[in-house]
Amino acid sequence: MSADLDQLSATQSGRTGRTRPGDGVGTDRTVSPLTLALLHFRMTFLETIRVPVAVVGATVFPALAMLFFVVPQRALASDPAASTGATAQLAVFAVISTCVFQFGIGVAEDRALPFDPYVRTLPAGPGPRMAGRVLTGSFFALLGIVPLVLVALLLTEASITLPRLLIAGALLVVAATPFLLLGLTIGYALSSKAAIAVAQVVVFPLAFAGGLFAPPESFPRWLDALSQGLPSRAARDVVVPVATGGEPTLLAFGVLAAWTVLFAVLVRTVYRRDEGRRFR
Amino acid sequence: MIDHVRTSTRPGAGDALRAGRDDDVPVRVRGVTRRFDATVALDDVTLDVHRGEIVGLLGPNGAGKTTLLSLVSGVRRPDAGTVRLFGRDPRDAVARVRLGTTPQETGLPATLRVGEIAAFVAGHYPDPMPVGELLETFGLTDLARRQTGGLSGGQKRRLAVALALAGRPDLVLLDEPTTGLDVDARHVLWDALREFHSRGVTVVVTSHYLEEIEALAERVVVVDHGLVLADGTLRDVVGRVALRRVTLSLDDDGGAPGASSGPARLDALTGVVRRDTDPATGRHVLLTPDADALVRELVTAGVPFHDLEVRSASLEEAFLSLTREEVAA
Repeated sequence: MSADLDQLSATQSGRTGRTRPGDGVGTDRTVSPLTLALLHFRMTFLETIRVPVAVVGATVFPALAMLFFVVPQRALASDPAASTGATAQLAVFAVISTCVFQFGIGVAEDRALPFDPYVRTLPAGPGPRMAGRVLTGSFFALLGIVPLVLVALLLTEASITLPRLLIAGALLVVAATPFLLLGLTIGYALSSKAAIAVAQVVVFPLAFAGGLFAPPESFPRWLDALSQGLPSRAARDVVVPVATGGEPTLLAFGVLAAWTVLFAVLVRTVYRRDEGRRFR
Repeated sequence: MIDHVRTSTRPGAGDALRAGRDDDVPVRVRGVTRRFDATVALDDVTLDVHRGEIVGLLGPNGAGKTTLLSLVSGVRRPDAGTVRLFGRDPRDAVARVRLGTTPQETGLPATLRVGEIAAFVAGHYPDPMPVGELLETFGLTDLARRQTGGLSGGQKRRLAVALALAGRPDLVLLDEPTTGLDVDARHVLWDALREFHSRGVTVVVTSHYLEEIEALAERVVVVDHGLVLADGTLRDVVGRVALRRVTLSLDDDGGAPGASSGPARLDALTGVVRRDTDPATGRHVLLTPDADALVRELVTAGVPFHDLEVRSASLEEAFLSLTREEVAA
């Protein structure tokens, strides 16, 4: 990979030559946002895999939850529809919590590092930086789904057709988007200690009220009504029906879209306001 | 209120450059104020850096140097006033294509390799130095595959300065580039910076070492308490801050009968920029640009002193005297 970059630099300098002071030419030339996003993706990816324990922990966690909470319950594990639904639900929870924790705490911690203000002086706007981080986060979040699905297929009666698996996977990405933006909002708005606390306070109630721990059918009517408006419930209602042979409701998509827009606006606001650590 | 008019610039060259278009001016700071809660880090600062200059920003820790650089590099926004980088708002990424800065030595991601970080930074610029050439210039070729966490302090500094130059910038901002380096490593870095400056790169370097500023800068801007205290040629400013500290005690606080009191006689001396008296020991501390002349004057004036000590004044002491001077003026 580094050879590619060396080559990239070499061809670029060969093409343009040095801009001499005073010629005033080429001051608007920049690197394309896509190239910048890939640069930042490569950087955050490398940083992540250089701490293998963290990677293994994050990717194995959903499968472990499956092993502990679903596989031992024979009634659940031997029912194809129920175990498929439980797997999908766990996948949704795993992706949501990875998004909020990884981006919330990860961004807040990075902002506290002295390298962050330096990266902000490089000619890249917030878009490529966030895109790089989002690509890395999504990669590892989805990687965690693989062992989960394998455990479900091998140790329970869960079953799914390949097209439904692929569609459910794609919808998982859509459903994760508002949580990813929520994570970024937390990360750019708060210090790392505050981010840990807020991420926990946000994820677990959202997951519970969204029906990811207990089925929404068991909710009292008021909670069920409230639940319908939550992004976690919408994420569940988009992914679980597809995995179990049904169809997601339009309402769930609408709710996801609304939260996505809201959190996108919030991220933009907090990023613009952020100046890294407050010191001189 | 202190007036922040530039006291001097290099004449000739400055005039010609100032006539140029706004995007020819690397740094233009106009009436900039920046606060952090109750602290005023920069107080109505106005400062231009012209193309090809090598400017030393001198001041004690907490003077506002780093805040000023963070505004110019787009990391922070001013509360009042405008900052322009080649005629643009430095908060816009496109304005920073011609800018190079250094990360703090401790700030390099420890798990990434030297070559990876260099490639990452270089990749942000449309016309970067090839990574191999960049590492070779700074003697880092053999370390390309090393993780930065395993580098020595000097190696990290070299990498940090190399990163500032990775994008072939027209303007380089260096914040305390050689703090903590040994003498040899410092000279290697200074040579590299002079070399880049001679190729037309505009350089702004902050330091709280007078020696560093003397070795690098042609123009010196002294900042303290968020104010520009002095701005002029190296010779002019160094003459004002390179002071000697003369400490002495007076005999029985008086001397010859009928003469005025001892401290008043010290104040009457011509070469004293500032006098302080230590209330505990009663010793007097005099700051002067020329200690030899001051001692001669003390003797000729018949001031009855004893326990005379002479050493160079710290920059902090010199800055204090500058502040007084400006306020009095």
